[in-house]
Amino acid sequence: MRSLSILGLLLISLNSHAAPLSPPAQRGEAFFHQRFAVNDKMPACTACHTDNPLKPGQHAITGKTIQPLAVSANGERFSDPAKVEKWFGRNCKEVVGRACTADEKADFVAYMREVR
Amino acid sequence: MKSLALLALLAVSLPSLADRMPLPADTPASYKSECGSCHLAYPPALLAKKDWARTLSSLDRHFGSDATLDPKAQQEIGRFLERSAGDANKLGSAGEPPRISQTARFIRKHDEIPARYWRDPRVKSAANCEACHRGAADGRYSEHDIAIPELRR
Ligand code: HEC
Ligand code: HEC
Repeated sequence: MRSLSILGLLLISLNSHAAPLSPPAQRGEAFFHQRFAVNDKMPACTACHTDNPLKPGQHAITGKTIQPLAVSANGERFSDPAKVEKWFGRNCKEVVGRACTADEKADFVAYMREVR
Repeated sequence: MKSLALLALLAVSLPSLADRMPLPADTPASYKSECGSCHLAYPPALLAKKDWARTLSSLDRHFGSDATLDPKAQQEIGRFLERSAGDANKLGSAGEPPRISQTARFIRKHDEIPARYWRDPRVKSAANCEACHRGAADGRYSEHDIAIPELRR
């Protein structure tokens, strides 16, 4: 019992002391939530990934479950550079309506690595 | 006891050909990762050879998405779908662009489902097999294993 409540306390304090996002990660967060409205079924990243990258999402057209983007919720994310480039290529074209810049991609990855 | 025996009987009589469609043992990993990321990696037997070939030749404009493959995966998946495709005569026309959900076989297997279920928010699309067939990823399509309670038997 005692150790349980200590654990609870620890968890609460950990949470309230969560490190603030770095400036690149903050820009990545804004990009993640931005409405591009180029594609009516997928106006923003959040159309498939939900507002919370720690949670699983759902493909806006096919309904398939999409595993979380945040590294803290899904350790496999951003570990395979070819896969990351492939999906930036597809999804920037579909959702943003153009290729993403190197800075936009770096900020996005920073956000997904830091958010917890 | 009685119900147990019934269950056993049922289990023996159940496995009809159509409700078990696991991916073939020789399915390349590229098919599962490339064609199973946006939707289920569909059973290859549900489209005819020529319809898979048409699907693969227009992946840059794939239902509004870009599903292009690198040349190695394109060749590997192309060969796999060619050797594992279904019988065109039994499947019927799949329309343009080809859809499993437009084949005569699919329509016949699903003709008792009221139209509103295809637009139900739990389902979204007829192509979302897993919304109803919970075991689709393992090739299980039994009418008893349906996620939408109203449609289960
Ligand atoms: C980037 C996302 C994406 C990828 C990757 C992808 N698809 Fe699709 N696919 C879709 C979308 C979106 C639809 C339309 C679904 C709908 O209308 O509900 C679709 C539909 C289909 C359909 C028709 C389903 C039906 O019966 O209605 C087939 C067949 C298909 N895809 C095959 C493939 C194959 C083969 C591959 C691999 C080479 C592939 N897909 C990769 C997004 C994708
Ligand atoms: C709206 C829910 C729903 C969706 C979506 C759906 N199905 Fe079905 N499917 C059913 C139901 C319910 C049955 C049983 C129908 C019956 O027996 O009258 C069935 C039956 C089948 C059968 C026949 C099984 C047997 O025992 O003979 C197959 C094969 C099948 N579905 C494949 C698919 C595939 C592949 C997809 C996706 C491309 C799909 N279904 C999408 C609800 C659905």
